[in-house]
Amino acid sequence: MSDLAPRLSELWVYLAATPLLGLTLTLVAYQLAFTIYQRSGCKPAVNPVAIAVALIVAVLMATGTPYSTYFEGAQFVHFLLGPATVALAIPLYSQLARLRRMALPLMVALVVGSLTACVSAIAIGWALGASFESVRSLAPKSITTPIAMGVAEKIGGLPSLTAVLVVTTGIFGAIAASTLFNVLRIKDPAVRGFALGTAAHGIGTARAFQVSEETGAFSALAMCLNGILTALFLPLLFRTFGA
Amino acid sequence: MLSALTLLLLLQLIGEVFVQCFALPVPGPVIGLLLLLGLLLWRGRLDDHLRHTANTLLQHLSLFFVPAGVGVMVHAARVADEWLALSAALVGSTLLSMAATAFTLQFLLRHRRREEAQ
Repeated sequence: MSDLAPRLSELWVYLAATPLLGLTLTLVAYQLAFTIYQRSGCKPAVNPVAIAVALIVAVLMATGTPYSTYFEGAQFVHFLLGPATVALAIPLYSQLARLRRMALPLMVALVVGSLTACVSAIAIGWALGASFESVRSLAPKSITTPIAMGVAEKIGGLPSLTAVLVVTTGIFGAIAASTLFNVLRIKDPAVRGFALGTAAHGIGTARAFQVSEETGAFSALAMCLNGILTALFLPLLFRTFGA
Repeated sequence: MLSALTLLLLLQLIGEVFVQCFALPVPGPVIGLLLLLGLLLWRGRLDDHLRHTANTLLQHLSLFFVPAGVGVMVHAARVADEWLALSAALVGSTLLSMAATAFTLQFLLRHRRREEAQ
């Protein structure tokens, strides 16, 4: 019995060095979080990403595992953001006829929403004394992770901080959207989806797909367009005004 | 499943090559998305297994954000120092941008419907 502890720690050292642990931890934590979310009747406040992140951070802190070790395994999950982004073409294709008819209103709403997201994040952060890097990491927070990290790097933010802010924005947007739209009396599922995708990217879109395919498709469209638009104008904005 | 996944990865790869060759400001997967949309439009139909694979991926889209979210550990000190500015900016800006997008779109769609009715 006395030699069990060193053996366990040896086993831990061995397992912690392989990607298996980080990968399995991510999937188990997410499964657990998703079950809790479903048991709650898919309440927006019981966000599966928030629960999964909290569980994983707790396990890593308790075992003294650094993030870099965890990410060696978790990167395989992170990588799937790429093909999932490509796959967004499919809901867009299915709704294309409707999207085309609404093209002009959608574009105008997108530009308004996208500018509001960036400018208000910069303004509020700056006014409350956020640091130089934090303000620049905040600016692309409404667009999906892979795009936001690239933009943050270009404008002098910290890509890994941006990733955290993007995920937090997504979680908050997914939680707050239904209540906000009900208060503002916005009922059209297309409008709700498009606004959610503009402000809260992929996590908002994941939530939108759970509401309905129509809401999801409009959210996916907004997320793609806002990703492209923000990637184009934010570096320009900082080059022009960025002192 | 496998052929659809291969197609998605292939288009992402072509997207990355485009981005590198032409120094585009958008990431590879977004170009891949546009290429897939173009391909579907050109073929004019959607295979069942492609639809199935895409739905499986998109159903669990939020899972793929988890590893980046755990990165909050690395920035714990900064987040603790600047929590008020960061959370106010996130909450305020997310609510403002959702409301602004929704109001603009709703106004324009109603305006158009009224015009069509006349």
